[in-house]
Amino acid sequence: MLESSVVQKVLGAALRSGGEWAEVFVEDRTASSGRLDDGRIEELSSLRDRGAGIRVVIGETTGFAHTADLSENGLRIAAEAASAVARSGGGGVKEVALTRQTQPSINHIVTMPETVAKADKVELLKRANVAARGEGNSISQVSANYADIRRRILVANSDGLLASDDQVRTRFSVTAVASGDTGMQTGYKSTGFSMGWELFDRVDVESMARGAAQTAITKLKARPAPSGAMPVVLAKGSGGVMFHEACGHGLEADAVQKNTTVFAGRVGELVASPLVTLVDDGTMGPEWGSFSIDDEGRPATYNVLIEDGVLTDYMWDFLRARKAGRPTSSGNGRRQSYEYLPMVRMTNTYVLAGQEDPDEIVRQTPNGVFVAHLGGGQVNTATGDFVFGMEEAYLIENGEITEPLREANLIGNGPEVLKNIDAVGNDFAMGSPGMCGKNGQSVPVGDGQPTLRVSSMTIGGTAS
Amino acid sequence: MSDSNELLDLAVKIAGWANDGEQVEAYVARGNSTTVRVYNADIESFSSAQEEGVGIRVIVDGRQGFAYAGSLDLEVLQDTISEARDNAGFAEYDEFVALAEPDGVPFADIDLFCPSLLNVATEKKIDAAFELEKKLLASDSRITTVPMAIYGDEWSEVALATSTGITAWQQGNDCALSTYCLAVENGDTQTGFGFTVAREFDELDMDKAVADAAKRATQLLGATKPKSRRLPVILDPYVTSSFLGVMGFPLTGEAVLKGRSFFANRVGETVGSAAVTLVSDPTDTRSLSANKMDAEGLASRRVGLIENGVLSGFVHNSYTARRSGTQSTGSAVRSMKTTPTVGCRALTLQEGTQSQEELMKQVGEGVLVRSVSGLHSGVNPVSGDFSTGAEGLMFRDGQLAEPVREFTIASTLQRMLGDVVAVGNDVEQLPSGLSMSVAIGDISISGE
Repeated sequence: MLESSVVQKVLGAALRSGGEWAEVFVEDRTASSGRLDDGRIEELSSLRDRGAGIRVVIGETTGFAHTADLSENGLRIAAEAASAVARSGGGGVKEVALTRQTQPSINHIVTMPETVAKADKVELLKRANVAARGEGNSISQVSANYADIRRRILVANSDGLLASDDQVRTRFSVTAVASGDTGMQTGYKSTGFSMGWELFDRVDVESMARGAAQTAITKLKARPAPSGAMPVVLAKGSGGVMFHEACGHGLEADAVQKNTTVFAGRVGELVASPLVTLVDDGTMGPEWGSFSIDDEGRPATYNVLIEDGVLTDYMWDFLRARKAGRPTSSGNGRRQSYEYLPMVRMTNTYVLAGQEDPDEIVRQTPNGVFVAHLGGGQVNTATGDFVFGMEEAYLIENGEITEPLREANLIGNGPEVLKNIDAVGNDFAMGSPGMCGKNGQSVPVGDGQPTLRVSSMTIGGTAS
Repeated sequence: MSDSNELLDLAVKIAGWANDGEQVEAYVARGNSTTVRVYNADIESFSSAQEEGVGIRVIVDGRQGFAYAGSLDLEVLQDTISEARDNAGFAEYDEFVALAEPDGVPFADIDLFCPSLLNVATEKKIDAAFELEKKLLASDSRITTVPMAIYGDEWSEVALATSTGITAWQQGNDCALSTYCLAVENGDTQTGFGFTVAREFDELDMDKAVADAAKRATQLLGATKPKSRRLPVILDPYVTSSFLGVMGFPLTGEAVLKGRSFFANRVGETVGSAAVTLVSDPTDTRSLSANKMDAEGLASRRVGLIENGVLSGFVHNSYTARRSGTQSTGSAVRSMKTTPTVGCRALTLQEGTQSQEELMKQVGEGVLVRSVSGLHSGVNPVSGDFSTGAEGLMFRDGQLAEPVREFTIASTLQRMLGDVVAVGNDVEQLPSGLSMSVAIGDISISGE
């Protein structure tokens, strides 16, 4: 993407005015997407974006500038802007010798989406539309979206690191609207992997579309969700987002170092039910949140965060690891694009399978809520209070799954909910691809869990 | 910053590349920004950013294609229009797909550009962030941590030209201070945020940002989970603006045309209480989202949506207007990287006559909702079902009482409009537009 001699000169320029450490991040991004709505292919869209972000660190201060001008001169100007914060420091020429790191790619892309005919992408959307509408006359509207993105990155820093990655992700989603006497309801299914076009060998878009339509139709008959505290059973792969919110964000080292998380200073303590082992794993095959290197050039790693209920470690990026005196980050330094500073982010966050028969967990729940699919959520890490939405849920009555429920948020407190997990199934599934937002940046993340039960959570419905 | 119309010239040039029988729109934008983050009396980061890009739409025979590039190099622009042209070949025919055409509505005299902001010294910006942190820490002994104190400013210009004869250009800038804090007392921790946004540096109201953050955090100390029950609530102006953000969807021509609006076929009917008058008015210069043009280059205008509870109409862009047999209301919205869609710009309620205190007196007992969370997952704008996390204070006999947290409020958007008791007169200028307190007569609270 850039000659290493140019990168070396830019790093030199960034350090000249007193910076202690400098980094160049170059990104070349191409994306294509297609949208079907209202029975018609509305639009195909293409995107091309490239540029570099340059970071200079002195003491506790980071200077950052980015540019879309990848010429040596353009990069030099950005480097000088980034190092402006370091002006008070000492000068002197600093030489940087770069060593290329080779990281085996986890991304074995079989068919690059850019080589696939646009007509084939359009065909997928049309098939999904027909399949969803075929589920019944109550399906009144369908939209489907296809998107692929290829992100080539190069990272070099003044420690001599030089690494690159070629990240490809493909996703597909369908939303159906069903209309009836009770109004309108929606059903949504999505899939996304760090894969190319071969995703569609694994995923049948028609069955996804039928699933979205069935969810919408089922919800027409749904009754209002209960209001108040009761047991909640999460189906496998339905609600990894709960852990993402309940503790994932609270285990990010930037929050820990500012003491803005209820999990700060608690390594070695029991913070969850002993049934819970939580992992953040950027190496997990072609999952949505996987990559070979993070956006600071560190290889992705498998990090155990909570083991048998005991907090074992946090997630780290370069600056937070440096401050804590750790030799390296945990491969969790990520950024939305070259226009942003990296920070600590999750990758694929999941709970390991336990011992119990998932059907038995439901049978042993006299009354409660069974969640088939959770939507997004939000957490306040300082208090631990979090919410997430139930997109598809059912009542459990006398140990059996009965009536569908209308959408509602669940609300809980991270440390309390983690302790209230009283059953973990021996099954496991990853959930839908997610986009995690933090401080104005959005990155792809995955989540997963076995079937499990929280003994009590507040369900924010309207039925008494 | 740029007083020549170099950017508009470029947009016009691209639009001129249209072949016979083709419509071309170029949306060209560039901008820069500065962000200073302060933590622990040190600059945590100082970022300076430049960006530019172009989004090109090509329409041939009722088929639309789009491409975006983050560069204004001539060669890249030529590739981009080719890509958009190629994409258009794969869309399916729709007789109503076409670019906007000049409609004779003059641009309101709205100047979003403040030259003095460009001359603010970097040192002054950094000092503002330092002062914000210091003042917030000093404002209350229970405030232990200020995880971030941020100063940011941005300048941007946008030029839009079409082969159908539209040319529009504008520039704007603004600056902001934002922060949040932790308050601790008796082992309980609560958080609060505060911010101030202005077009001129000297108009930033740092003391308000500090007071808001401190009040939000300290008033919640000792909060407990309330009992599940039905109660009236009063939404703080900030919470009202969050709800306005989701209420806009069913009021768009697109949601109506595509069968996703619970307001479809209800124009002239009562859809809310008489206290509800809802307008989209980007020409109201009090609003921070005021703007002279929409995303298709048409003049902004005031659009009445609900008047004294009666549905009066919807917002349209040129496509939804054409398909509905009406005129665009200048309500196209977009980002540089996407094609225009339609949205309620600067959506606000018409203010009432009572202060928040007077609303509490009128209602008697209920919850003052200070913040909501999980709105993106908790509101389904198609069905209207909503349920969101909330924090706030109980009030009884019109007086604030104990703080409450970790509960949800739930209803449907339809029912909530009908349950509006009164709209306050405490108008605040929030980033999304004007907002004020609203009293709702009946909402489900889920807690214990």
